[in-house]
Amino acid sequence: MTILLDVRDLAVDIPTEDGTVHAVQHVSFAVNEGEFFGVVGESGSGKSVMVQSIMGLVPGARTSGSVLFRDRDLLSLAPEQLRSVRGREISMIFQDPLSSLHPQYTVGWQIVEQIQAHEKVSAKAAKARAIDLLDRVRIPDAAARFDAYPHQFSGGMRQRVMIAMGLSLGPALIIADEPTTALDSTVQAQILDLLGEMRSEFGTTVLMISHDLGVLSRVADRVMVMYGGRRMELGAADAVLCGPAHPYTAGLLRSSSFNREPGTPLVPIGGRPPSLLAPPEGCAFRDRCPDAMAICGSKPPVRHYDDGTEVACWLESTPVEPDPPVLPPPSLLASPDDPIVKVDGLRLTFPQRRGEPRVVLDDISLEVRRGETLGLVGESGCGKTTLARAIAGLVAPTAGTVEFDGAPTANLDRAQWRDLRRRVQLVFQDPFGSLNPRRRVGSIIGDPFRIHRLASGAERRAKVQELMELVGLNPEHYNRFPSQFSGGQRQRIGIARALALNPELVILDEPVSALDVSIQAQVLNLLDELQRRLGLTYLFISHDLAVVRHVCDRIAVMEGGRIVELGTADEVWNDPQQPFTRRLLAAAAPEIPREPRDRILLPLTVTGTGAQQPAAGHPAAQHLADRVALEVVS
Amino acid sequence: MTRFILSRIAFGVLVLFLLSVFVFMLFYVSPSDPARIIAGDKATEELMAQIRTNLGLDRPITEQYVTFIGNLLHGDLGYSYRSSMPVSELVVSRIPVTMSLVFGGMVFWLAIGIPIGIVSAKHPGSVRDRLGQGFAIVGISFPTFVLGMLALYLLYFVPTKLGFTLFPPSGYVPFAESPLQWAWHLLLPWLTLALVVAAVYARLTRGQMLEVLGQDYIRTARAKGVDERRVTYVHAFRSAMPPLVTQLGIDIGLMLGGVIVIEQVFGLLGVGSLAVTAVAMQDRPVVIAIVLLGGVFVVVSNLVVDTTYALLDSRVRTATR
Repeated sequence: MTILLDVRDLAVDIPTEDGTVHAVQHVSFAVNEGEFFGVVGESGSGKSVMVQSIMGLVPGARTSGSVLFRDRDLLSLAPEQLRSVRGREISMIFQDPLSSLHPQYTVGWQIVEQIQAHEKVSAKAAKARAIDLLDRVRIPDAAARFDAYPHQFSGGMRQRVMIAMGLSLGPALIIADEPTTALDSTVQAQILDLLGEMRSEFGTTVLMISHDLGVLSRVADRVMVMYGGRRMELGAADAVLCGPAHPYTAGLLRSSSFNREPGTPLVPIGGRPPSLLAPPEGCAFRDRCPDAMAICGSKPPVRHYDDGTEVACWLESTPVEPDPPVLPPPSLLASPDDPIVKVDGLRLTFPQRRGEPRVVLDDISLEVRRGETLGLVGESGCGKTTLARAIAGLVAPTAGTVEFDGAPTANLDRAQWRDLRRRVQLVFQDPFGSLNPRRRVGSIIGDPFRIHRLASGAERRAKVQELMELVGLNPEHYNRFPSQFSGGQRQRIGIARALALNPELVILDEPVSALDVSIQAQVLNLLDELQRRLGLTYLFISHDLAVVRHVCDRIAVMEGGRIVELGTADEVWNDPQQPFTRRLLAAAAPEIPREPRDRILLPLTVTGTGAQQPAAGHPAAQHLADRVALEVVS
Repeated sequence: MTRFILSRIAFGVLVLFLLSVFVFMLFYVSPSDPARIIAGDKATEELMAQIRTNLGLDRPITEQYVTFIGNLLHGDLGYSYRSSMPVSELVVSRIPVTMSLVFGGMVFWLAIGIPIGIVSAKHPGSVRDRLGQGFAIVGISFPTFVLGMLALYLLYFVPTKLGFTLFPPSGYVPFAESPLQWAWHLLLPWLTLALVVAAVYARLTRGQMLEVLGQDYIRTARAKGVDERRVTYVHAFRSAMPPLVTQLGIDIGLMLGGVIVIEQVFGLLGVGSLAVTAVAMQDRPVVIAIVLLGGVFVVVSNLVVDTTYALLDSRVRTATR
């Protein structure tokens, strides 16, 4: 097997106003020719910056180390030489195909441009090649679509265009940076399949970055796990994902909802990732690690297993499995006879300037039982958010009725409407966009009290701080601004605000999809706990079937404005009746089996790479020696 | 697209109609008496009454307005109170001067402002960027007449005193008479106008380019191996253009209604200087004509901007189709 891309000791520093961000800290890995290499990490792990700096695409970045690609060091190439590598020998596919394609040029023009940037071919020949490529990534009617603009394509089709463009010059390596994250799950599966197919057809090597372990487990041959700008674990995909040797990898798997039995709480990784401005001396994961030891304060060595797995960790045994958090028993048990919301024959259409009115919701009948969590799943544009808004009384239906707690929500007077606003609350998807950045957190959470004139002054403040405590925020942060909180904490702010007035129904619109896996688990557990303690009813909207299965009692599957299937989470998951549900399920991330690995940790002295090796006499080496000695004695 | 343009034209006509009502009302409520201005201080009451009857000023305002609009639709804007010349002739004779000034100046301010903005945005924080921004601040903060006088002093007065003539001090030579003389006479006003306006374009270009250069599709272009010049001009500048076109449309539309200060400083008999004398003399028909003319220019340039916008941006194009 030949090595195609050999990254050695790569460090990337980015100067910013706050100081230098050490985005990538001395990472080494090698990608073999023809393989599918996955890089997994949460936001801020440095994975995107790493591959983009290899290509010279991060403005202002300072790099050190070496990146060997076909006997050349990409980091020391002149700009013009690097330009000729980009797009021709290594091409990239980015996360959001809409923003990654130029909105004002046709897709055909953009593919032709790439061909002509590297080869002297006539416009006509380049166009023929572009059409052929569009055809090969299965864009229907490629010749006609050549002249279409990116906004005239759907998300999945746009990503196909990006892939066609990436393949246009038969590159040796394709770097795909979260290529499916912005797409619906069924489309996601199609794009992954296409990438795999193209890989065998064109003989291309793929380096794919993802935050999603489920996605990588499906396609990758080998996987590298990154955290805090460093390499944590590297090895064959099944070895790393089924039998993680690093506590961080193990923690990620435990907090992924697709990997846990429904009903069992997730085991989140506590705390938050380290600052890249001042990276810790020792292990970057130490503060959040359940296996942390005193020695973790010094730089961990790279340990080798005989199955080829490499781990940067002092731990020599399998990582511990911390117990899941114990949740209080539910204070309210849902029963079919006690619905809080009754939707009957709901229909919603929008008039269009020309032609038939657009049907957004089509004859929907549904009950939400008091105390349950009802999941609404479906692809983007299927009407799930609109249905939730109709249930909340925020949009008036064209036909049909919505009853909340036995009373219809149509034609309410002012007081009743206000009352409904108090009893039904919403939590939104984007914790960054849905909080006003110029307002203090205390006043954001206190808004409901102000609007409904329920509390003011010191009383309001006390209530807000109580809420902050309830959702796990430090009440002393009352006067901070949203920008001073992380994504997960911001979502807690949104939850605290929603809970302020003791609502009965909380509509959660994709509450965790903008969050990292380890943070998702924290928020999902919080929601579960709050529901048990306060007897809340949740309407949980998500495109992620794994999350929905994990948290919901019942699931309603929506397609094209209709509910095509409704049943308990188990029924829908194990015995789907509708083809659409089956498609959704097939596209959802598979469970990764946990297998104990039968492998041998090679002794440090034999395999050490020198740089990672604690020198003899170093306190770390001494500590290790003591430990080994102790274990031998006991 | 045709439908879009037609609706914009209809809207423009409505704007002009409202504008005409508005200026008409303004004069009706103003305390000055045109008859007094025409006849002079020593005129008798009878003479003034005679004048009012001749001008139709003794009739109700609605009737006056209807007559005015009727005449306007026949291309008749009436006669100047002061010079007794037909207003249309008076105004039309001034338009070439102002047009020459504005469109010539535009070439200069675009040629100065846009490159400065692009270079600044490509190297933010660099010495070039700071020089460019410094230039913009100076251009924006200098009063136009000071710049104009300075240009006259340095490029006309000083050389002439030393015995050679670089530029003529003032005046206008029609293009048809001598293109060379035309350009030579207009060069100083052009440069002065360009210095004032280029600053706005430099800043606007810089801001737009900085935003666009941070977009994902610029990263895609680089990842494709497109060379940096092409990334800058074909990819980034293309996206940065629409706001520049908008600004240009507004500026041109406004300026064609008269570039008052520069016309005065350089003694150009354009629409702007006509407006100044007409207002000072209470020459009602001329003022009304100039206001409407300005309105027409603004409406037309906006129409051109909107159409260009649709041509520049495929998304607008499909939305308006």
